[in-house]
Amino acid sequence: MQPAEYTKAVGAGATATTDQEDGWTEIIEPRTRLLDLRLKDVWRYRDLVMLFVRRDFVSTYKQTVLGPIWFFIQPLLTTVTYMIVFGGIAKIPTDGLPQLPFYLAGITVWNYFAQTLTATSTVFTANAAIFGKVYFPRLTLPLSIVLSNLVRFGIQFGLFLVAWGYYLMREDSLHPNIYILLTPALLALMGLLSLGLGMIFSAMTTKYRDLAMLLTFGVQLLMYATPVIYPLSQLPVKYKVFIIANPLSPIVETFRFAFLGSGSFSWLYLGYSTAITMVILLVGTLIFNKVEKSFTDTV
Amino acid sequence: MSTVAIKVEGLGKLYRLGEIGTGTLSHDLNRAWARLRGKEDPFAIIGETNDRTTKGTSDFVWSLKNVDFEVKQGEVLGIIGRNGAGKSTLLKILSKVTAPTTGSVKVRGRIASLLEVGTGFHPELTGRENIFLNGAILGMTKAEIRSKFDEIVDFSGVERYIDTPVKRYSSGMYVRLAFAVAAFLEPEILIIDEVLAVGDAEFQKKCLGRMKDVSVNDGRTVLFVSHNMDAVRSLCNRAILMQQGMVNMIGPVADVVSKYYEGIKVNMVSEFEIDTQKPSIKSIVLDAELLKNGILSLNIQYISPVKLRPPIAGFVLYNALDVPVFGSNARYHTYEHEPISESEGVLAVLIKNIELHTGLYKISVWLGDGSVDYDAKLEAIVFEYFSDRIYPVKPDPLTIGAIDKVATWKHYEQ
Repeated sequence: MQPAEYTKAVGAGATATTDQEDGWTEIIEPRTRLLDLRLKDVWRYRDLVMLFVRRDFVSTYKQTVLGPIWFFIQPLLTTVTYMIVFGGIAKIPTDGLPQLPFYLAGITVWNYFAQTLTATSTVFTANAAIFGKVYFPRLTLPLSIVLSNLVRFGIQFGLFLVAWGYYLMREDSLHPNIYILLTPALLALMGLLSLGLGMIFSAMTTKYRDLAMLLTFGVQLLMYATPVIYPLSQLPVKYKVFIIANPLSPIVETFRFAFLGSGSFSWLYLGYSTAITMVILLVGTLIFNKVEKSFTDTV
Repeated sequence: MSTVAIKVEGLGKLYRLGEIGTGTLSHDLNRAWARLRGKEDPFAIIGETNDRTTKGTSDFVWSLKNVDFEVKQGEVLGIIGRNGAGKSTLLKILSKVTAPTTGSVKVRGRIASLLEVGTGFHPELTGRENIFLNGAILGMTKAEIRSKFDEIVDFSGVERYIDTPVKRYSSGMYVRLAFAVAAFLEPEILIIDEVLAVGDAEFQKKCLGRMKDVSVNDGRTVLFVSHNMDAVRSLCNRAILMQQGMVNMIGPVADVVSKYYEGIKVNMVSEFEIDTQKPSIKSIVLDAELLKNGILSLNIQYISPVKLRPPIAGFVLYNALDVPVFGSNARYHTYEHEPISESEGVLAVLIKNIELHTGLYKISVWLGDGSVDYDAKLEAIVFEYFSDRIYPVKPDPLTIGAIDKVATWKHYEQ
């Protein structure tokens, strides 16, 4: 089978000066072209992505009594805590909305971002042992993280919908609107943004471990720079600029506006978020792609 | 006409020695600056060849340099060489775990590499789940794994525990399962590191058999890296000898293996500098003449600032795979003329009829007083033993054992 292919290759090559110049299925060289993402490879390994997602779920909740119920407990307890601390004690206004759906909306969206970012940013360091022994497209791991967090988000989103439905029927403080249809786009933006940032961090931490330190509390600080626990409308003008400059703000704000009906929505801000996300995603992919080839030497 | 499956041209890999920490950033900036001006990497120029015995002046070392070779389709190529010769680096580049610094590798066909068995096994997952995960990491699709699942389980022999988390497995079972997954990989090109040295003897034999199957019967191209010369000899047709990051020799396996043995310094006499502060071994001598008759005679000369009560020495003999074959200690065996206390002298040990296979052996020696070890000379003696026994088929020490016992067989009618 192979020899036939080979003769064909040589025969077809007009410039067959050197032997067998054609027909190589792969060439390993020092540096790849900048944009060679090997997406075909990733597609071939799609089963692996799904298996990684499965591994994440099975291994996280094995030997826990409550199992997947933890998916609900975590956001619920956080919401209650926020209601007490920020709503009850600090008395931060919620745009006239009931506290529970207000915080829960913010937390659900924020969790998706924060968890994806934290997990992707340790991809290289956490999997150094595997990466050092076997080649598979490295991009499969961050992709699997985005996906498994998407499932997690789905579950928590269900919880939010239950609470949302309850308030919708009991009171008439919530005013959902047509922008709900934007939800998939918002999710995609969140996912891609966290993926892009995560890849930048994971690639850089292979050499400079300092970034890992920065990230753990950086994510926490970033939450305060995003309208998760406060509505954008309540901000003094001098801070507002900075908060809006954060590409996450319009996403969280739009989500809340669509489902709860208060707050603000602006195509301009959302467009800005999208642009920033694309830039970060591009930079992230480039850096990740460059580092994946030789990170085993520095990690 | 046979096709070339792998073509390696001018392959090189530069490594930075020592701690990677502060200074990395400045080096990085330096490099970036040089690249901007279109100059050569300033740190690559001062790189030296890979010789770990001499201390280099540079922080950078060429772990591989100017490596060229071709592997034909269906060929089983052995890669041998001493530790640090660059074998592992070569494998890492071929399996795309790390990128080369210079040169290129051209490949025809799908490569799968086994630098380790059980990569990506997750302790919490069951055997079944791990087969799928590990198989996918090695490059199989779900459908491929499913079609071979029964064979894999059968080969591993852990069928009963297939739905138990692997953290409950014994280490033997774990390795069996891991190897089984790898054994059913079916790429066009297979790269194998010394993963064979796992499991019990029976399983090792099974692994070797499976590898022979893969290479000989299925006609796959295989690159096989090993320290086990017998395995290399029995599996490969051609071999490469690596030395200090370069290809020293490439050719028929028998020639390359004997060249490898030539390169090892046979050392039957060792003398050492004496530490005047503590009891120390001055010299170790292995009698070469007696060895030819199958007698091991070792003379260990020692000197001590204090009297040893009594002087005790011991030794262990290892084969080329670093497996201890046998040893002795004046405490265990007969000690004729045992002195009560002495501060210098020669401890002589004699073992008749050593019954070793032909091959390379190493001896490590210890000196003490029965309760404390004062001095140790590891691998002080290295020698090659030629057995005078003739076999119609050469036994493989890996499968038949390190000692070559004389046996007689008879047959009786029932």
